[in-house]
Amino acid sequence: MAFTDSFFASKFGLTRHDLENYLSEALSRGGDYADLYFEYLATSSISIDESIVKSATQGVSLGVGVRVISGERTGYAYSDDLSPEKIRHAAQVAAMIAAGPAKVEKTPLEEGPRRNLYPVITSPNETEFRKRVALAQRADIAARAYDPRIFQVQVVYADNLRHVLVATSDGMLNYDRQPMTRMSVFALARDKSGPPQQGHAGGGGRYELDWFENVRTPEYFAREAGRQAIVQLDAVDAPAGEQVVVLGPGWPGVLLHEAVGHGLEADFNRKGVSAFSGRIGQQVASPLCTVIDDGTIGGDQPGVTGGRRGSLNVDDEGNQTQRNVLIENGILRGYLQDKLSSRVTGAHATGSGRRESYEHIPMPRMTNTFMLPGDNEPEDVIKSVPKGLYCVNFAGGQVDITNGNFVFSASESYLIENGKVTRPVRNATLIGNGPEAMKYVSMVGNDLKLDEGIGICGKEGQSVPVGVGIPTVRIDRMTVGGTA
Amino acid sequence: MKPGLRFEDLPEIAQQAVRQAQERGATDAECTISEGQEFSANVRMGEIETLKEAGSRGAGLRVLIGRRMGSSYTSDLTPEGIQKMIASAVDLAGLTTEDPHAGLPEASELGSLSVDLKLFSDTVAGLPADQKIDAAKRAEAAALSFDARITNSEGGAFDSNVGGRVFVNSRGFTGSYRSTYCSLSAVPVAAHDGQMERDYWFTVARDFNGLESPELVGRKAAERVLRRLGAVKVETQKVPVVFEPRMSRTLLGNLFEAVQGTAIYRHASFLAGKIGEKVASESFTLIDDGTIPGLFGSQPFDDEGVPSRRTPVIEKGILKNYLLNTYTARKLELKTTGNASRGITGNAGIGHGNFFLEAGEKTPDEIIAGIKNGFYVTELIGSGVNTVTGDYSRGAVGLWIRDGELAFPVSEVTIAGTLQDMLAGVEIANDLEFRGSVSAPTLMIGEMTVAGR
Repeated sequence: MAFTDSFFASKFGLTRHDLENYLSEALSRGGDYADLYFEYLATSSISIDESIVKSATQGVSLGVGVRVISGERTGYAYSDDLSPEKIRHAAQVAAMIAAGPAKVEKTPLEEGPRRNLYPVITSPNETEFRKRVALAQRADIAARAYDPRIFQVQVVYADNLRHVLVATSDGMLNYDRQPMTRMSVFALARDKSGPPQQGHAGGGGRYELDWFENVRTPEYFAREAGRQAIVQLDAVDAPAGEQVVVLGPGWPGVLLHEAVGHGLEADFNRKGVSAFSGRIGQQVASPLCTVIDDGTIGGDQPGVTGGRRGSLNVDDEGNQTQRNVLIENGILRGYLQDKLSSRVTGAHATGSGRRESYEHIPMPRMTNTFMLPGDNEPEDVIKSVPKGLYCVNFAGGQVDITNGNFVFSASESYLIENGKVTRPVRNATLIGNGPEAMKYVSMVGNDLKLDEGIGICGKEGQSVPVGVGIPTVRIDRMTVGGTA
Repeated sequence: MKPGLRFEDLPEIAQQAVRQAQERGATDAECTISEGQEFSANVRMGEIETLKEAGSRGAGLRVLIGRRMGSSYTSDLTPEGIQKMIASAVDLAGLTTEDPHAGLPEASELGSLSVDLKLFSDTVAGLPADQKIDAAKRAEAAALSFDARITNSEGGAFDSNVGGRVFVNSRGFTGSYRSTYCSLSAVPVAAHDGQMERDYWFTVARDFNGLESPELVGRKAAERVLRRLGAVKVETQKVPVVFEPRMSRTLLGNLFEAVQGTAIYRHASFLAGKIGEKVASESFTLIDDGTIPGLFGSQPFDDEGVPSRRTPVIEKGILKNYLLNTYTARKLELKTTGNASRGITGNAGIGHGNFFLEAGEKTPDEIIAGIKNGFYVTELIGSGVNTVTGDYSRGAVGLWIRDGELAFPVSEVTIAGTLQDMLAGVEIANDLEFRGSVSAPTLMIGEMTVAGR
């Protein structure tokens, strides 16, 4: 597709000449660098509760963000109106960060290399609404049918289609069409006597709607949510204190996201405020650990068209995403860069500059973060533990990047007694310290699994979709925040 | 901002949208428009790091066709944009299910408070950028110069917003109000003996003159980060746990989730079905009040056009009321409490006004003085609170209490228990201060499990 056929050129008549003019306006007070980020976002969501389709919403937002960098300073302005005078005004406001004569040399815009990791022809957002309602209804029916003890089910289906265009004063022009779909099922179960327990499952990605027919059905997520709620009915108090912890494959990869991922974002390290600052080349995990952040993962099952939730053809600064090695055999290898950090520190781009919307300044962010598989059979990992905790699902996590302390909250975990998985335990938070915790990884399974596609990462008020993954892993020492 | 459109023009646009939706077959409709002028300045190590300034607007529409509901939104307020929004919502209403409880508030329930809630101040709307940047610089500088161990900073920040809200429905309600917001914060980083810590302090107000001074913000942030240095992990044990006010507020956030109507009718709250029962110690009185002038949780009407009010939620330990919008009130055969809350997209959920815990008698020092061995919590991380079951488990940072005094810093531990037990054994201090829309004094929980070594 040529630029003239791209979304913003064809729908809004934007030309290269317009873009170059706006960039000149942005540099009219002498900034070092400027970029434009055009975004069109169409969203839909459907919510089913008590088997009633209670809400169906759709809408559109549109706008452009203008950024000017002068040294380490950033000026930013945006407009939800794409008229030339409004864009020029935004460019003038952003330009105020610099104070000097206009930058005269102009770099002509050249289209960056193009590829399509998610060649989705009809995005779910463009599919007949009724079909999407029907998918959500299937999940509701299946969750209720899973077990008579399930008494409440809520299904939320949401999708969006984002068109972006990035033009930069160093001559880069790139654009992308980014579909996204997601289904979540929440189930509540109760026994006659006890309190209710909840289960939650869901997934999605940059796929066509038939992903929910061919790969992960509504019934799959419904059964999984139901199963988790039922399991919790028999949960006992979680242990308190240091334990051997075994993480199951997949979503428990949120450990990597919190323990190391955020701490390796270049903005924190450029400023020297991360527990990982200045540690490139040092041992920060056991030699069994190799951690990757990869924004290029397409459909990873045979016959699947589309990409993972955290994947992007280009990041929100116009760079192609790539596969970045963060930790190799326990040694810290690199940080995740955005444009500003790589300009200041001279580092190569890693395709990690992301933002929530045109109203937001880009920052270094993760895409799909996972650990490479090891040699151990998963059952051998569990067998090796005389007493410990086996965690298979999490409700999320958080990190203080400065002291490195991170938590992640187990929503489904079990006691391990004499090498066997025994009773389910109640929700508990696990806590550790980033550069230390992964030194206690003593076994890594051969069963790497990526999550189902439901992760949202928040940083400084901006949310972006991400993925995580991990094989079965044994951690010899981690503090479990239970009560027993 | 759209050319030619002033805030004063927006009610007319919303009224037209509601009328046109009715012409297209909606039996009821409501339209909300919001606008905001955002400014933020971040400074770091004395230099401006980012400056951001912009304005935006959006409209949302909810329509009912009988008992079926559809909704849509747009950032395009031109007549064409509004037409598309209406068509979209009407179409979607045809795809949802009849819901016997769906509907707008009764006409008799609609209205707006007539008192001046002091939500808008020219001191924010007209404040020059230089002064805002200067405040952020001074706050950061005060933190950096406080102590030699403060060697780095994530900066000082000044943020402000001038917002406007319009709400119109087909039962005759038209209301609008404008509001201002400003905040100032500092985030210093301290290092000592190879350990690095950060902490922050902030102040928020509707009026620029209501902010704490930049010097005070910087100094408080500095004191907070310094007292974290040298933190150790303690042994696993069960002890009394004291929440400083900033942490007490997080507990109120958890309780809000447990008393809002959606969780109640779905039986997804440990407080569902407990009206009239004792759920907390006698010293515990929790109020929601959207009518207090100048505070952040105040507004003349909620996002369904129902006037704000004062609702006692827990009184002397007895659960008195849930917080409801029209839908959840009908589900529970109760009346709305004026707590409908929505953004531009979707249907009205539930929000709180000024949600606060009434002050007790003792000073925080007196409470601490009564503890031989305990934990004073200054930071909590993670999402480990389950308001369905009441299970509570979060990462914590703070100071260990030994023989009635704050003795040494602690980190990398968790605190755990259940919200039921925590509320039953709670004691409230007297240091209530309104800050943001959730406010609480220092409080002490009789016993929790601290997990560490």
